[in-house]
Amino acid sequence: MNVEGKFTPQTWPDSPEKQTLEGKNKFLGFWLFLGGETVLFATLFATYLALKEKGSSITTEELFSMPLVFAMTMLLLSSSLTSVYAIYHMKNYNFKLMQAWFLLTVFLGFGFLCLEIYEFYHYVHGEHFTYSSSAFSSAYYTLVGTHGAHVTFGLLWFIALLVRNAKRGLNLYNAPKYYVASLYWHFIDVVWVFIFTVVYLMGMVG
Amino acid sequence: MTNEHVSKTNVREQYEYRRKKNAKEMKLQVVTFALMIFLTLIAFMAVGFSEHIPVKFIAPFILLLAIIQVIFQLYYFMHANHKGHELPMFYMYCGAATAFLTILAFCTIVWW
Amino acid sequence: MSSIAVKKGFGAILWEYLTTVDHKKIAHLYLMGGGFFFLVGGLEALLIRIQLLKPQNTFLSEQTFNEMFTMHGTTMIFLAAMPLLFAFMNAVVPLQIGARDVAFPFLNSLGFWLFFFGGVFLNLSWIFGSVPDAGWTSYATLSLASPGHGIDFYTLGLQISGFGTLISGINFLVTIINMRAPGMTFMRMPLFTWTTFIASTLILFAFPPLTVGIFFLMFDRLFGANFFDVAMGGNAVIWEHVFWIFGHPEVYILVLPAFGIFSEIIPTFSRKRLFGYSSMVFATVLIGFLGFMVWAHHMFTTGLGNVANAIFAVATMAIAVPTGIKIFNWLLTMWGGSIKISVPMLWSLGFIPTFVMGGVTGVMQGIAPLDYQLHDTYFIVAHFHYVILGGVVFAILAGLHFYWPKMWGTMLSEKIGYFTFVFFFIGFHLTFFIQHFLGLFGMPRRVATYLPGQGLELGNLISSIGAFMMAVGAISLVYNIIITVVKNKKVGNDPWGDGRTIEWAIPSPPPFYNFKQTPLVRGLDTYWIEKTEGKKELTPAEPLSDIHMPNNSFVPVVISFGLFVAAFGAMYNPLNQVGDGKSWALPMLIIGLLITFGSMLFRSIKDDHGYHIHKEDLMDDEGGESK
Repeated sequence: MNVEGKFTPQTWPDSPEKQTLEGKNKFLGFWLFLGGETVLFATLFATYLALKEKGSSITTEELFSMPLVFAMTMLLLSSSLTSVYAIYHMKNYNFKLMQAWFLLTVFLGFGFLCLEIYEFYHYVHGEHFTYSSSAFSSAYYTLVGTHGAHVTFGLLWFIALLVRNAKRGLNLYNAPKYYVASLYWHFIDVVWVFIFTVVYLMGMVG
Repeated sequence: MTNEHVSKTNVREQYEYRRKKNAKEMKLQVVTFALMIFLTLIAFMAVGFSEHIPVKFIAPFILLLAIIQVIFQLYYFMHANHKGHELPMFYMYCGAATAFLTILAFCTIVWW
Repeated sequence: MSSIAVKKGFGAILWEYLTTVDHKKIAHLYLMGGGFFFLVGGLEALLIRIQLLKPQNTFLSEQTFNEMFTMHGTTMIFLAAMPLLFAFMNAVVPLQIGARDVAFPFLNSLGFWLFFFGGVFLNLSWIFGSVPDAGWTSYATLSLASPGHGIDFYTLGLQISGFGTLISGINFLVTIINMRAPGMTFMRMPLFTWTTFIASTLILFAFPPLTVGIFFLMFDRLFGANFFDVAMGGNAVIWEHVFWIFGHPEVYILVLPAFGIFSEIIPTFSRKRLFGYSSMVFATVLIGFLGFMVWAHHMFTTGLGNVANAIFAVATMAIAVPTGIKIFNWLLTMWGGSIKISVPMLWSLGFIPTFVMGGVTGVMQGIAPLDYQLHDTYFIVAHFHYVILGGVVFAILAGLHFYWPKMWGTMLSEKIGYFTFVFFFIGFHLTFFIQHFLGLFGMPRRVATYLPGQGLELGNLISSIGAFMMAVGAISLVYNIIITVVKNKKVGNDPWGDGRTIEWAIPSPPPFYNFKQTPLVRGLDTYWIEKTEGKKELTPAEPLSDIHMPNNSFVPVVISFGLFVAAFGAMYNPLNQVGDGKSWALPMLIIGLLITFGSMLFRSIKDDHGYHIHKEDLMDDEGGESK
C-alpha cells in the first residue's frame, strides 16, 4: 500500500493509525513507552512523598495557592478534550479541522506552561523557595518540572507535526504520528491529575 | 455493472455508518469531559471547605476521584475501550503495579 | 541498492556500520563493543586479583583499588554483559520469529550508539584522571562525598547508555509482539525469544527508576539539588531503594536471556525437544514477576524493620522455585537424549552445577538473619560471581560459539574452544569457590588489602591463580576468533547439523532481507518439523514478492554524539559540587542538546519511506552473502 496515497472521506479507513505495519508498531511501541513513563513518574512521586516538607521552613500550605492550580488544571483538561476533537476529525478525514483543533490544543498547553513558569518564578523570587533550598524543594521542582518538560516537548512535537504536514494533508504515513502525539498529550494530562491531587490539593489540607 | 453498483452503495453505507459511529463516540467523549470537570470541581471544593470536613477523609477521597478521572482519561480519551488495546492496557497495569509498589515502599520503609 | 554482493573498501565498510539499521549488523556492533568492554573489565579484575595476591600488597593504592572494583562492576554489568546479550538478541530473535527486521530499525541503531557513547564517556574517566570510586552501586553516602568528577562520569555515562537500553527493550517487545511470522503463536516461540521478551519487559519497568535515581545523583552533585544530602533534609536511603528497584530486575534482565541461550543449546545437542516447554515459559514469566518484589533483600542490614525484611526474605526464597523448575527441565531434556558434546554443550553442562551453587548461596542470603553475617563479605562476592559469571558469562561464551556461524558465516575452532573451556571453567571455580570461605572467615569485600596471619593468605593466593587461568582462557578465545577470521572458511545453513529453530534454515550469515518468503510456522521447533518430513527448507507463507526495506541512516550517531557533548557541558557547569566550573560549560551543554534534539527533529520531518527490493532481483540472488 502506498503510504502517501490520497484518500477521500469515503475511502479513508476506520483506524488510520493502524493501517500500516509501521503504524501498528508505533502505536504499540508508544503505549509500552507510556507504561515505562508511568514507573518513571511513580519514582518521582514516591521521592516527593518521602521528602515532603523535609528540610524546608516553608510548608506546602503556605506555598501553594488554589486559584492558580485550578486555572492550570482547567487549561490542561480542556486541552485534552480539544485533542480528542482533533482525533475525531482525523477519523473523519477532515484535515483542516484536525489541524485547527490541534492548534487550539497547543494554545491551551502554552497557557498552562506560562502559568507554570509564572508559578515557579513567584516561588523563587517571592518565597525564596529555590531548587537548592531544601530536599523538599528539589523533589517538588523535579516532579513538577519533569511534567513541565513533558508539556514543553509535547508542544514542540505538535508544532513540528502541524507545520510539517500543513501543505500535504492527511495520509497513512502521518496519521499514526498525529495519533501517537495525542496519546502523549493525554498521558501528560493523566500525570497532571495526580500532581494536582497529590502535590497541590493534599498539600493544601496538610 | 450491478456488482460495481452494489460495492459503491456499500462504500457509501459504510462511510455513513462510520460517520455516525464517530459522531456518537464524540458525544460520549464530551460527556466524559463534563464528568471529569465535575470530579475536579468536587476535589477542589473538598479541599476548599476543608474546615468543615475531617482531613483524614479528604486525602483518600480526592485520591479516589483522581483514579476515577484517570480511568476515564485512559478508557475514553485514549480509546483503551476499543479493541486492540488489550496488550497496551496489560502493560499499563503492569506499570501501575510497579508504580504502586514503589510508592508504597517509599511511604513505609524509607526510614529516618 | 542492488542486492548483489560487491567487494568493498575499508572506508565503505566503516560507513556501512556507522549508518546501518540492519539488525544483523547491529548485532556485530554490539558483539564488538561489548567484547571490547568485556576485555577491559577483565583486565580490571586481573589488577584487583594481583593486588590481593598477598597480604599488605602495595601494587594498587587504596584509591586506585576503589576505582578498579567500581569500574570492573560497572563495566561488566552495563557495558559488557548487557551489550553482549543484546548482540545475540539482535542476531537471533528476528530470525527465530521469521521477521525481516526488528520493529524499529532506526531506534535499534540509536540504542547501540547511545550505549557506545555512554560507555566511552564512562571510560574517559581514566584519561581525565578522576574515576568513579563508590562501587557499582554508588551509594549516595559515598558518592556525594567523592572528590573529583569520577562519580559524574558514572552518572552521565550510565544515563546515556541507559536510554539506549530502554529503547532497545521497547524495540524487542514490539518486534516480538507484532512481527511474528504466520503460525508463530506465543506458545510456539523458541525459548530464547521468550526470555528476550520477558527481559525486555523488565527493562521497560526497571530502567525508568534507574534513570530517575541517576538523575537525582547527577543533580545533587552538579546542579545543587538536595535529594540525598541529610543536612538539607535529604535521605540517602532513597538512592538505595531506587537503585535496587532497578538493580534487582537487572539481574534477571541478564540471566533470563542466558537461560534462553542454554534452552536453545541443550535441546540442539541432546537432539530432543525441550522438556516441559510450557513450564519453562511459565517459570520465565514467574521469575520476571517475582523479580520486582525482592529488591530490598539487598538492603536487609539497612534497618528496614523486621516486617519488611521478612516479606522480602520470603519473596526472595520463592524465586528458587521457578529457577528449580528450569534446572530440572534442562536435566530432563538431556535425559534419554542422544547427546553430542560440542563447545556450546560443554558450557551448558558446566553451567548447570555452577548456577545451582550460585542459586543455593542466594537462598542462604535470602534468610535475613544469616544475611547480617554474610553482608559485605567475600561470601557475597562469591555468590554473585557464581550467578553472573556462571550463569550469564557462561551463556555468552556458549552463545558465542553456538551463534558465531550464524552471525559471521564461519566456525570457531572446536579444539581451541575446548582449551578455552577447560582453563576458564577451572580458573573460575578456583577463583570464586574459595571466596565463599574467605567470606565466612570474615574477609570484607571492597577493602584494598588484608593482614597476614589471619588465615586469608592461601585462599587469596588460590583465588588469584584462578583469575590468571581465566585470563589464559580469555586469551585463547581471542586467538580463536582471530584465526577463524583470518581463515574465513564459510559454512552452510545448519553447521551444527541439528538446528531446530528457523534461523538454521537460512544461509549463514543470512541475506540482508533475511527471508525471501516469510516462512509458515507449523509448530514448535519449526525447522525440526520440516526436517522430520524430509524437507531442507521452510514452508513459505507467501508468494515471492517485493520486499520493503528501511534506509540506512547516520542520524543515530549524531543524536548520541549530541548527548555525549552535552554530558561534558553538564559536568563542568558552574554549579557543580567539585567547584571547577568552566565558562564554556553551559554553552556546550546547550549545543550538545541542540545537536540531539535538532537531529531528532530532522529525522521527524524528513520522510523516510525506505525502498523495495524487486522480485526479479530476489530471484537472481542466491542469498549467500549479506550486502
